[in-house]
Amino acid sequence: MKTYSIDTPDAGHVTYTDHKRGWWMLSLANPLIPLVGIAGHGLTGSQLWLLVPLVMMFIMGPGLDWLFGEDENNPPEVLVPQLENDAYYRLLTYLTVPLHYLTFIAVAIWVGTQGLSWWAFIGLTVAAGFADGFAINTGHELGHKRTKLETWLAKIVLAVPAYGHFWIEHNRGHHRDVATPDDPASARMGESIYHFARREIPGAFDRAWMLEHERLCRKGVPVWSLQNEVLQSYIITVVLQVGLIAAFGWIMLPFLLIHNVFAWWVLTSANYIEHYGLLRDKQPDGKYERCQPHHSWNANHKYSNLLLFHLQRHSDHHANPTRRYQSLRHFPDLPSLPIGYYGMYVVAYIPALWFKIMDARLLALPHIKGDLNKINIDPAKRDAILARYGRASDDALSAQASHV
Amino acid sequence: MSELLQQYQCPGCGYCYGEAEGDDHEGYPPGFAFAELPDDFVCPDCAVRYKEDFLVVGSG
Repeated sequence: MKTYSIDTPDAGHVTYTDHKRGWWMLSLANPLIPLVGIAGHGLTGSQLWLLVPLVMMFIMGPGLDWLFGEDENNPPEVLVPQLENDAYYRLLTYLTVPLHYLTFIAVAIWVGTQGLSWWAFIGLTVAAGFADGFAINTGHELGHKRTKLETWLAKIVLAVPAYGHFWIEHNRGHHRDVATPDDPASARMGESIYHFARREIPGAFDRAWMLEHERLCRKGVPVWSLQNEVLQSYIITVVLQVGLIAAFGWIMLPFLLIHNVFAWWVLTSANYIEHYGLLRDKQPDGKYERCQPHHSWNANHKYSNLLLFHLQRHSDHHANPTRRYQSLRHFPDLPSLPIGYYGMYVVAYIPALWFKIMDARLLALPHIKGDLNKINIDPAKRDAILARYGRASDDALSAQASHV
Repeated sequence: MSELLQQYQCPGCGYCYGEAEGDDHEGYPPGFAFAELPDDFVCPDCAVRYKEDFLVVGSG
């Protein structure tokens, strides 16, 4: 186990051992989960094995989160440069990229050649969609970095779920507008995930295209150009997905459609839970306050954080978006989720359960204390929420609704 | 003229906007003044900090 150390004039000899160091290799297993189903089917002949990956994700995943619990360990700030320069951590993010391709192509071959029952076809395809939805998580970690290699790897891995616009929209749009009514990728109190998806998916595409259009206009380059960083990733998607149709025929069409939609759904699910109801104050100059740690929901659960490159330490990510995953910190008294993302996804898919758990947590946050003026509320649900929890003035809520 | 060109740094992530070099990726040519950046300019790397948060860190 590697120990980092430094001598400082103030704190003396400072050391840090990342006890999760070896465990970060679990992130490599995440894209491979659908292959467990293929291996089981291949070895036993039972198509039931093709449903096992979904069980691993949504039953085993929350179970392991519960079993292994939380981790609040932080690296000392003075050793963060050493930790960030350790090539091991970034190598894992690089290796995840070809693994997403491997799983995607292996599943395409399997559904294209094995004559599966309809339910096994759907089960395996949905599992591949979820696994490749986490390609967006890899693209997220890589896309925030400044090196050309990493931004290109982000574009390459985002091509698998056909979501190449994500890193533009996320870095320059979502991070700018997060936890405001202006952000299609921040969920509002009272908004179900199914309603949110219809706002988030087209909203993300529109914002990415607009941002890239503005950037290219400043450069004097046509928007339909190879310099368009949205199109760069889409070109890889077209080559990959049209290639699969050419190789395996029209059965690839339902496969690709279901795979892509579920991969997008994974991102929608993450976006939905990461900022639900949280709201930045508007300043007198009309701009929003800078994003603070209490503008994101967090989970410190070990298992899901290892699979997701610490995505769930979301407050530190939003405060310091270029910080590498191994350096992201836990802070006390932040908005926290009762379980990791895998479990919360399942909760989000049952809106009544989500509202029951999360509305209470939202209202109880120390910076909100039941004050509806400090919550990002779905305008369509405003009256119902006011009637149920009403402690906000109508004027304040009208002002909030007017800039939606 | 070059002595008038300044470098501005994002206090959050360390991104630097040097007026001498501009930012080719973002579409700001060499010599493009920081003051001329749009009012809603946010840090191109972190998008957390606004234009008025940037600090002068040197010239050139």
